[in-house]
Amino acid sequence: MEEIYAKFVSQKISKTRWRPVPPGSLQTVETFATGSWDNEENYVSLWSIGDFGNLDSDGGFEGDHQLLCDIRHHGDVMDLQFFDQERIVAASSTGCVTVFLHHPNNQTLSVSQQWTRAHYHTGPGSPSCSSAPCTGVVCSNPEIVTVGEDGRINLFRADHKEAIRTIDNADSSTLHAVTFLRTPEILTVNSIGQLKIWDFRQQGNEPSQILSLTGDRVPLHCVDRHPNQQHVVATGGQDGMLSIWDVRQGTMPVSLLKAHEAEMWEVHFHPSNPDHLFTCSEDGSLWHWDACTDVPEKSSLFHQGGRNSTFLSHSISNQANVHQSLISSWLITDPAKDRIEITSLLPNRTLSVNSLDVLGPCLVCGTDAEAIYVTRQLFS
Amino acid sequence: MEELDGEPTVTLIPGVNSQKKQMCFDWGPGEMLVCETSFNKKEKSDMMPGCPFIHIIRKNEDVYSQILRKLFNESHGIFVGLQRIEEELTGKSRKAQLVRVSKNYRSVIRACLEEMHQLAIAGKDPASDRQFSIQVSSLSAMELIWNLCEILFIEVAPAGPLLLHLLDWVQLHVCEVDSLSADVLGSENPSKHERFWNLPGNTQTLTELELKWQHWHEGCERHLQDGTFASSPHLESLCKIMLGDEAALLEQKELLSNWYHFLVTRLLYSHPTVKPMDLHFYAQSSLDLFLGGESSPEPLDNILMAAFEFDIHQVIKECSIALSNWWFVAHLTDLLDHCKLLQSHNLYFGSNMREFLLLEYASGLFAHHSLWQLGVDYFDYCPELGRVSLELHIERIPLSTEQKALKVLRVCEQRQMTEQVRSICKILAMKAVRNNRLGSALSWSIRAKDAAFATLVSDRFLRDYCERGCFSDLDLIDNLGPAMMLSDRLTFLGKYREFHRLYGEKRFVDAASLLLSLMTSQIAPRTFWMTLLTDALPLLEQKQVIFSAEQTYELMRCLEDLTSGRPVRGEPDAQQLQDDDVETTKVEMLRLALARNLARSIVKEGSLEGS
Repeated sequence: MEEIYAKFVSQKISKTRWRPVPPGSLQTVETFATGSWDNEENYVSLWSIGDFGNLDSDGGFEGDHQLLCDIRHHGDVMDLQFFDQERIVAASSTGCVTVFLHHPNNQTLSVSQQWTRAHYHTGPGSPSCSSAPCTGVVCSNPEIVTVGEDGRINLFRADHKEAIRTIDNADSSTLHAVTFLRTPEILTVNSIGQLKIWDFRQQGNEPSQILSLTGDRVPLHCVDRHPNQQHVVATGGQDGMLSIWDVRQGTMPVSLLKAHEAEMWEVHFHPSNPDHLFTCSEDGSLWHWDACTDVPEKSSLFHQGGRNSTFLSHSISNQANVHQSLISSWLITDPAKDRIEITSLLPNRTLSVNSLDVLGPCLVCGTDAEAIYVTRQLFS
Repeated sequence: MEELDGEPTVTLIPGVNSQKKQMCFDWGPGEMLVCETSFNKKEKSDMMPGCPFIHIIRKNEDVYSQILRKLFNESHGIFVGLQRIEEELTGKSRKAQLVRVSKNYRSVIRACLEEMHQLAIAGKDPASDRQFSIQVSSLSAMELIWNLCEILFIEVAPAGPLLLHLLDWVQLHVCEVDSLSADVLGSENPSKHERFWNLPGNTQTLTELELKWQHWHEGCERHLQDGTFASSPHLESLCKIMLGDEAALLEQKELLSNWYHFLVTRLLYSHPTVKPMDLHFYAQSSLDLFLGGESSPEPLDNILMAAFEFDIHQVIKECSIALSNWWFVAHLTDLLDHCKLLQSHNLYFGSNMREFLLLEYASGLFAHHSLWQLGVDYFDYCPELGRVSLELHIERIPLSTEQKALKVLRVCEQRQMTEQVRSICKILAMKAVRNNRLGSALSWSIRAKDAAFATLVSDRFLRDYCERGCFSDLDLIDNLGPAMMLSDRLTFLGKYREFHRLYGEKRFVDAASLLLSLMTSQIAPRTFWMTLLTDALPLLEQKQVIFSAEQTYELMRCLEDLTSGRPVRGEPDAQQLQDDDVETTKVEMLRLALARNLARSIVKEGSLEGS
């Protein structure tokens, strides 16, 4: 299948993100950003994956990724997103949201904008300057939405000094992640297992919809929206369970898939092949979920050592009829017909895989073992 | 290796007048605490304001610690892999596997070595260059020692290949060989020896080899005696060297950078089939001859000598003293322990050497702000004291974000450390309560299955309700789910909210029976009964009869319970009198409403249907 390159980078990686490729351009995926955590000095760094046939100065492996530039970041990097080609937004454990600007001519990063008190605690027992970690950030040019441990949602716009809109106490527990559904609507997940949809066009501070799992209120840590079908959302929980939701239908998930043995930190639909889903977890594994319903013989291609390949038919909660002309393969409810193929991508079990990102044929992930793994042949 | 002589560096503590005051200090795992005492150096007591701070002093490792971190992380992966393969293999495949692990460790050391070497010669500034150079030599010494241990202890090379391995070892580590002399010394050897050391096939036995070598050796000697090389002193000395003549070899001392190079060269020419157990004779004499009484052996020499003497414990002991961190000895000892080479050697506190070293190393990792995650796995593989050590260390990790806390909790839960889970969750829940994040607080108490804390959170909610007349955080209370069962108070909170919801939906009969059950089932705290009864008032005053006679009797009983149980107070003050007034009015209203309701319900129940 693919060759996956590992490099130890002397910092625990909390987030990795590919730099987006301008649509319609012939550029290949080349650069990714990482954020570190748990260091006395944390850094946001930009890396470049080498071209073929390009050996670096000390004869390193041609597939090795090289550091382009980095910049100090106060606090842990809790989340990272590319705002556009040159700007990166970083969410900090100090409650600060920073926009970094990359200067390609001299390969440096600088701070372009900063909102220092985006997230903070107010309470009878908390000191007046008590900051709260900002746990999630999502961008849709020109807007930036952030959520934090203080249960607050902020809507920023680049180049505006103050927040455009703030929803205080949007949640009584910690908001772990946020994603855009349609542009004026966002979806958040929290630590009591609820998905909440917020509509910025409405004035109030109440969510327009709340969805949750029945049974135990397992905290949800990550969320991602299907790239083409805006009502399909995947979430990952503290028990490693992957849930697929249809936000138009009811308040419960469509499927629940037992996945990892520990917290699932990130879930991503592949942006151009959304039948492929990727998850990474505290248990040190990174899984590739393939829900392609067409080709059964595809499984014969995956016969290389060092990975597991299993078939799993998904268990479904009681679900009302799904009448769609275009049914997403993730929502199909017939267990006999559908198999999801799951492949583990990392060669050895390692410490927690904190983050992953996919773009085109490339995948990058970062671990607590201070290593970054990159592969450029995801679908070969 | 570290230099032992030289002036120790002086570090000034800011704010402390070291001329006048004395300082005290205490060692920690990787740092030192220093503060000023009130003792003066001179006799007279100066009442000067002292420095109020405690300083933490740490060795400045920034320069090379980045690269060492890679060493720690990569070797951690190898370590864990080694523990896991332990059970599966036996015999030859096991030995091959262990040799492979050893080579992995060594390649990691080499990678770090090269990276540091690059940085050292990059020449940024002289101070850091010097630091890098020291580290480079330290690492290369480590690799040298490890390689030798691999050959002697792990690979356990038998008599024939032993010398070849030693040759490789020397060639790998001796860098300063003049190219010209390399040609001279080297060119003769392969051609002569390849014919004899046809080892890849290993088709010849040791005695055959020995015999062939003897034959060749005698041939050489004859050439020397016959003066075949008399015309060229250079060739003659070459011949002497090839015969293993020690004096001739020592003449080339500058080319032999150290005594072990001398040793191996000597063995190559005089005793190529040397057996491992004889090695130490030659080693000792080589060392003595090479040093020639001019200098004394350095720590590295002692370590290598101990290795040649197959004294593993001595090797480890000397390395522990000479090297500045536990990494090397911990990993090497663990590997040798897997080769079953260490006798169980009980130390004072009951664990063996391997465990002692691993515990020290892991404790050092826990002192690092970031590498504590590696330390967890090392503690896991210390059977006697690992778990206890982990329990003590893991509670002391500072938790700045929830995500870090979740990782720590996951470590504890995977090892069934319920006490630690409980204590960490309690700390986090308390922080959340103080920050008014009641949902988070509840989520932490659910994770720890901490009923007491859940009760505390519910009390907060109820208090907020009483003060404000409405619930905050309805999204939480409405969606408690099975977590409601965690504590009685929480169940009460959930059910009470449900009562309000039923009332809001005008499902009065259901609301009424729920309200009653809350009181009769004793899950409502007594302090709340008045509120509940007051909530019952609007239901009692409805046009239709909601509470049945039975239910009304129950309510009356509750009211009587409540009022009769009130203790007689001492001196009532004005506020209390006022409160009492309000209370009495409420009670009277309730009694009236209950009585009226009782009347109506009796009438209703006594009448025929349809009336």
